[in-house]
Amino acid sequence: MKEYEGKANGGSTGFQPVKNEYHVIPYRTYAMVWIGLAVLTGVTIWVAGIPLGRFNVLAALLIATAKAGLVLFFFMHLLYETTLFRLLLPVALITLASIIGLTFFDFSFR
Amino acid sequence: MGMTDTVPAGAHPEISFYEEKGRYGGIFSWIFSTNHKRIGILYFVTMMTFFAVAAVLGVLIRLELIAPGKTIMEAQTYNAIYTLHGVLMIFLFVIPGLPAVFGNFFLPIQIGAKDVSFPAINLLSWWLFLAGGILAVVSLFTKGGPIDTGWTFYAPYSIRTETNVSLAVFGVFLIGLSSILTGLNFLTTIHRLRAPGMTWFRMPLFVWSLYATGWIQVLATPIIGITLLLIIFERFLGIGFFDPTKGGDPLLLQHMFWIYSHPAVYIMILPGMGAISEIIPVFSRRTIFGYKAIAMSSLGIAILGYFVWGHHMFTSGMSVTARVVFSFLTFFVAIPTAIKVFNWISTLYKGSIDLASPMLYALSFIFLFSIGGLTGLVLGALAADVHLQDTYFVVGHFHYVMFGGTGFAFFGALHHWFPKMFGKMFDERAAKLAWGTLFVGFMVLYFPMFALGWHGMPRRYYDYLPQFQSDHVISTVGSWILILGLALMAINLLAALWKGKKAEANPWGGTTLEWQIPSPPPPENFEEIPRVDRGPYEFARETV
Repeated sequence: MKEYEGKANGGSTGFQPVKNEYHVIPYRTYAMVWIGLAVLTGVTIWVAGIPLGRFNVLAALLIATAKAGLVLFFFMHLLYETTLFRLLLPVALITLASIIGLTFFDFSFR
Repeated sequence: MGMTDTVPAGAHPEISFYEEKGRYGGIFSWIFSTNHKRIGILYFVTMMTFFAVAAVLGVLIRLELIAPGKTIMEAQTYNAIYTLHGVLMIFLFVIPGLPAVFGNFFLPIQIGAKDVSFPAINLLSWWLFLAGGILAVVSLFTKGGPIDTGWTFYAPYSIRTETNVSLAVFGVFLIGLSSILTGLNFLTTIHRLRAPGMTWFRMPLFVWSLYATGWIQVLATPIIGITLLLIIFERFLGIGFFDPTKGGDPLLLQHMFWIYSHPAVYIMILPGMGAISEIIPVFSRRTIFGYKAIAMSSLGIAILGYFVWGHHMFTSGMSVTARVVFSFLTFFVAIPTAIKVFNWISTLYKGSIDLASPMLYALSFIFLFSIGGLTGLVLGALAADVHLQDTYFVVGHFHYVMFGGTGFAFFGALHHWFPKMFGKMFDERAAKLAWGTLFVGFMVLYFPMFALGWHGMPRRYYDYLPQFQSDHVISTVGSWILILGLALMAINLLAALWKGKKAEANPWGGTTLEWQIPSPPPPENFEEIPRVDRGPYEFARETV
C-alpha cells in the first residue's frame, strides 16, 4: 500500500491530498474468478443444448449477467471501491433500463 | 470579511492569468493552455463567433418571411439556412454556452480549487468543440450542399437527402464528445477538489446546477453519439436501422434523438438557472430563499428529464397509451421548475433590490422563462399538442425557453462576471439600454409566433397564406430591434475591454469565493487554498 498526492497539471493544481489505496489481491482470487468464468461459459453452452423454449434466452442472459458481475467486482475492483463508485453501477443500469423500457413498451399497445 | 479565516485569498496578486508566462507565447499561449480560465475565454470567443453567424442567419430567415412567396432567397437555401441556424445555435451556443464559458471559468474558483481535475482533457474538449464546429461549417461548401434536414435530423429524410448530412452529423458527434468530457471533468472536480470546509451544502448554486448538468452530459450524450453514427452508417453502408423498406423503423431515430435531446434541454437551461441563482442574491443583498430546495430541484429536473422525451413525438404514430404516459410524466417536470421560480421570487421579498444590468437580465429571465415554461405545459398536454405540433407555437415556445431563458441567463451571467473575467467595468447606462432594446426586440420577435401557431401557421415553411402576413411582419421588425440590442451590447462590452475603468475585486458586493480574489484572477486563483466556514450567500455576516 502506498499513498500519493493527486497531481493534476504537472503537480500544480492538486492541492487536496488524495489517498489512493491499492488493494493487493492474491493471484489465487484472480485464478478462482477466471476458473469461475470458464465454468460459466461451459454452463452457457450446456444450457443452450437443453430445449427450454423462450427460457433459453433468459438462461443465457442470466449467466452472462453473472459473468459480467464477476468481471466488474473482481477484475475491475468494484468490490474494493467506495460506495460512490458502487452506486454508479445501478445508476447506469437503471438509466439504461428505463430508457430502453420506455422506448419499447409502446409496441405492446400498438 | 470574506469567506476565509486564513490570509485573504490571493494576497499576492502580482499578476493576473492574462500575464501568466507559460511554455508558449502569443496565440499558442491560449490554444494550448490548460488553465481553466483561458479555456473558458477560448470557448467564449469561439462561441460568440458561431452565435453571431447564427444570429445573422436568423435575421435572414425573418427577412425571407416578411412576405409570402420568394423574398430574398430560394426555398432550398431557406431550408439550409434554418437548419444551420438551429444546428449552430443549439449545438454550438445553447448546449455548451454557460457550462463551457462560465462553468470552466468559475467552477474551480467557486469551490476554492486551482483548476479542474483534468486540465488537459479540458483543453481537448475545446479542440473537439472547435473541430466539430468547423466540420459543420465546412459541410456547407462540400458536394451535395448544405444540410437541409432541420436540426433534428429525422429519418427517413436525413437518410435520403442528397445534401451532405454525414459531415455535418459527424461535426455534431465531435461536439457531443466534447460535452461528455466537460461533464466528466466538472463532476470529478466537484467531488474531489472542493476546498476544506466547502461541504456540499456550502457550494454556490451555480456549482449545483453544473453538477446536475454534468450527470446529464455524461449519461445522455453518448446516446446522441450512437444515433448520429447510425445515420452515417445507414447513409454509407445502407444498413437499415431507420429505413422501413429494409426492416428499420423511422420512429427509432425519433426515440433515440429525443432520449438525448430532451435531457439536453436541461443541459441548456440548468446552468442558466444556476447563474440566475447567483445573480439574484447579490443584487437583492439577501440570502437565497430555499437553498436546498433549489439545489435539489436541479437534480430533480435532471432525473425527471430522462423520462419525458416522448412528448416530442405525440403525432409520430406512437400508441395512445405511450402518449398518455409521456404526457403525464411531462407535467412532473413543472414541479422542480416552479420550485426554483418561487424561491427566486421569495428571495426578492424584502431584499434591497439593485436594478443593475445583471439583475435586469435575471428578472427578465424569470419572466420570459415562465412564459416559455408555461407554453411548454400547453404543448405537454396531449390534446392541445396534436393541434399545435409543428406550428409556430412550438417555435415561439422554444425560443422563449432557449433564448429568453438560456440566452438571457448567458447575457446576465456575462454582465455579472464580466468585471471578474476581464478586469474592466462596462458602461452601466449603455448596458441597460442594450438590455431594454434586446428585451423589447425579443417580445416583438417571438410573441407573435404564439398567435401564428395558434392560427395554424406550420413551422419551417418557406411560403404561407396571406392571412399570416401581419404577424410575420411584426415578428420580422422585432428581429431588427433584437439584433440592434445585441449589437449595442457587443459594442458596449468591447468598448469596456478597450477603455473601461479597472474593476475592483468585488464590484457588486458578492459573497461567493470568486469575489474574494482579484479581478482578473491570478493564474492559480488562490495564493492559499481558502478554508470555508459558512454558506455561499450570507450577506448578514458580510460586515463582521
